[in-house]
Amino acid sequence: MSFLWSNLGQVWNLTVTHVWLAALPIIIGFVVSLPIGWVANRYRWSRGVLLTIGGILYTIPSLPLFFAMPALIGTQILSPLNVVVALSIYALALMVRTTADALGSVPGDVLQSATAVGFSAWRRFWSVELPLAGPVLLAGLRVVSVSTVSLVSVGALLGVPNLGYLFTDGLNRSYTEEVLVGIILIMVVALVFDLILVGLGRVLLPWTRSNRRAGRLSRRAAMRAVTGA
Amino acid sequence: MIEFRDVTKRFPDGTLAVDDFSLVIPSRKITVLVGSSGSGKTTILRMINRMVDPTSGQIEIDGEDVLSLKPVALRRSIGYVMQNSGLLPHRKVVDNIATVPLLKGVKKKDARERALELMDTVGLERSLADRYPSQLSGGQQQRVGVARGLAVDPNILLMDEPFGAVDPIVRDDLQNELLRLQRDLDKTVVFVTHDIDEAFKLGDQVVIFRKGGIVAQKGTPAEILADPADEFVASFVGADRGRRALHVEETPTGSVLVDSDGRAAGVLSGSPRGAAAPSEAKAATVSVAGAPAQGEDAS
Amino acid sequence: MTDILAAFGWIGDPTNWSGPSGIPARLGEHIVYSLLTLLLAAIIALPIGFAIGHSGRFRGLAVGVSGALRALPTLGLVIYLALLTTNLTIVPPLIALTILAIPPILAGAYSGLESVDRAPIDAARAIGMTGWQVFTKVELPLSLPLVIGGIRSGGLQVIATWTVAAILPVGGLGRFLFDGIAVQNYPEILGGSIIVVALALVADGLFAIVQRLVVPRGVTAGRVRDSAEGGRSAARPVPEGAPPT
Repeated sequence: MSFLWSNLGQVWNLTVTHVWLAALPIIIGFVVSLPIGWVANRYRWSRGVLLTIGGILYTIPSLPLFFAMPALIGTQILSPLNVVVALSIYALALMVRTTADALGSVPGDVLQSATAVGFSAWRRFWSVELPLAGPVLLAGLRVVSVSTVSLVSVGALLGVPNLGYLFTDGLNRSYTEEVLVGIILIMVVALVFDLILVGLGRVLLPWTRSNRRAGRLSRRAAMRAVTGA
Repeated sequence: MIEFRDVTKRFPDGTLAVDDFSLVIPSRKITVLVGSSGSGKTTILRMINRMVDPTSGQIEIDGEDVLSLKPVALRRSIGYVMQNSGLLPHRKVVDNIATVPLLKGVKKKDARERALELMDTVGLERSLADRYPSQLSGGQQQRVGVARGLAVDPNILLMDEPFGAVDPIVRDDLQNELLRLQRDLDKTVVFVTHDIDEAFKLGDQVVIFRKGGIVAQKGTPAEILADPADEFVASFVGADRGRRALHVEETPTGSVLVDSDGRAAGVLSGSPRGAAAPSEAKAATVSVAGAPAQGEDAS
Repeated sequence: MTDILAAFGWIGDPTNWSGPSGIPARLGEHIVYSLLTLLLAAIIALPIGFAIGHSGRFRGLAVGVSGALRALPTLGLVIYLALLTTNLTIVPPLIALTILAIPPILAGAYSGLESVDRAPIDAARAIGMTGWQVFTKVELPLSLPLVIGGIRSGGLQVIATWTVAAILPVGGLGRFLFDGIAVQNYPEILGGSIIVVALALVADGLFAIVQRLVVPRGVTAGRVRDSAEGGRSAARPVPEGAPPT
């Protein structure tokens, strides 16, 4: 690990930018997916269209997408915006499906009783649907998180600074240890993100811990949402 | 003949499903195991074809310990019908029925021929043979399940709440069908249900269970109704409630059987009113005997 | 917009269609690499996934290992293995990309088996099928759509990751991207990108068709399209994790 100790400053900077480049798309993708997923869930006819578009977007390989960004949105090749926008698109494409499924997994009778008790549609969404869809959303978020953190590294090929730089630089210098440090650090970042998400889940969704049945149901729904079963 | 001797089943998570259970199931009769959920009756049924193995005790089929028999071969010689029929959704009806014969190496043509014959036996139109289970009604699916159970002409037929998932009219049909089949085929049938009326209608021997596979009472329906062993049995069969305690009352229009709540339950068969109202006559035959006369057609 | 036009200009240029570094040659290489990788990954992942799904054990372990594998950055792994073995042939990337393609195929296999209704499986055992027969005659046919879905995810991932692997001196469509970077030829970069995207979409479409065809007839025959399922017969499995890298 001599490489790490002698380059701590540079590696730390790369880690920080890496974290930002990953966190932004995850958040953007999640937030934007909520209304779209809600529409897909509510208006059945739109579901097919929206999910298909999402599917197609998700199929686009990342490197080409990064390179296409300047042509599509007029940025410079070296701009980190390419990476953020492209990764947001992926995160969005993935989360729309998850959100639609998550909202669809909320039991209909719970929703009806909420309406009967007097919730307005808006409040019902925030107070009932979203929390109950939480476990499935969380599962989808964890998948998006891992893949986004990993994909940021490809942005190094565009010259955007992040931990992936350790790969390209390591290749140029035939410095195996540098590459290994990059791999390990990226996995650590992914792990930290995951722990944060799980922690958020524990805090915001306490009922899933004690209710084993809800936990099992939500895990199965999460599985379906993520694998498209 | 199937014999259970001091059979106990404790599951890995600690639940004691069956505790020191003993029973002789006579050949060529319908034995009904009845009780609420969790009473161990399904576990006991599934020990016969080794879907579940006992923690202790012996189970013998015609003198042979089931544990000494290979499970797969054993199961292929026993018919098994379950709730929701457990049909293979991706196989046609005729292929579903022929599943076990095909497993045993019977030629496809012969197996299909036999399957079609069985469809006649259980009252299914042959035109349904090439349909898929999802295209059939619940009652039809159950008949296919029964046909599949009969496909290898087994001596023993195990039935696990087979008629539970269909509506009452279809259930009645299927029960009558089973009784008719039994008249023709004389199998040893072990039938599990939670419905006491079904048990009394079908069972030559009825075994009532408490939780944990403990037998509350066993006997013929008449024996149980006439002399419930304890409070639990009496309450389970409804003997203490109004429905089964009947007396005759004279009304302006004729003699009527009335239950202990004062509600009319039927008429005596043979009385002038009885002949004219078949449904009431049916109820009367049922109510006077306290249980459906075995083998006698209630209509 | 001009960039896109230039890219299509590059694609249309006949000089780019001939020779060992022409579009057809690179496309062919890419397809061969991808199929090979997919095959290797499937040979490893399918039996393991089936064993897990059929027996119900080690699922937690599989999910954990899959998660860890999915966190591995493609670029890093490819370069690392190449440097480690001081080997600049296609072998190190082949190994790396095979490893990375395992998680989606594995997940498709065990979740496919898990999705099969328990009742037919129990009935099949009860009427006397051996474990193997239950697997081949009941579980496998009924789980095929999801299993194919997992292979589909893996396939797309493989197509995408071979693009990245071109940072090493290997063939395939990624060559256009990296060679283009070297000489700052943006039309080449973008043109190559467009072809890769087209390949990915076509492959995805083919897999989708196969997935439809593979649904057993009896399963759709009587089913009224359940709106609650949202037309999920398309069962497009969003790959668990890495979008096509």
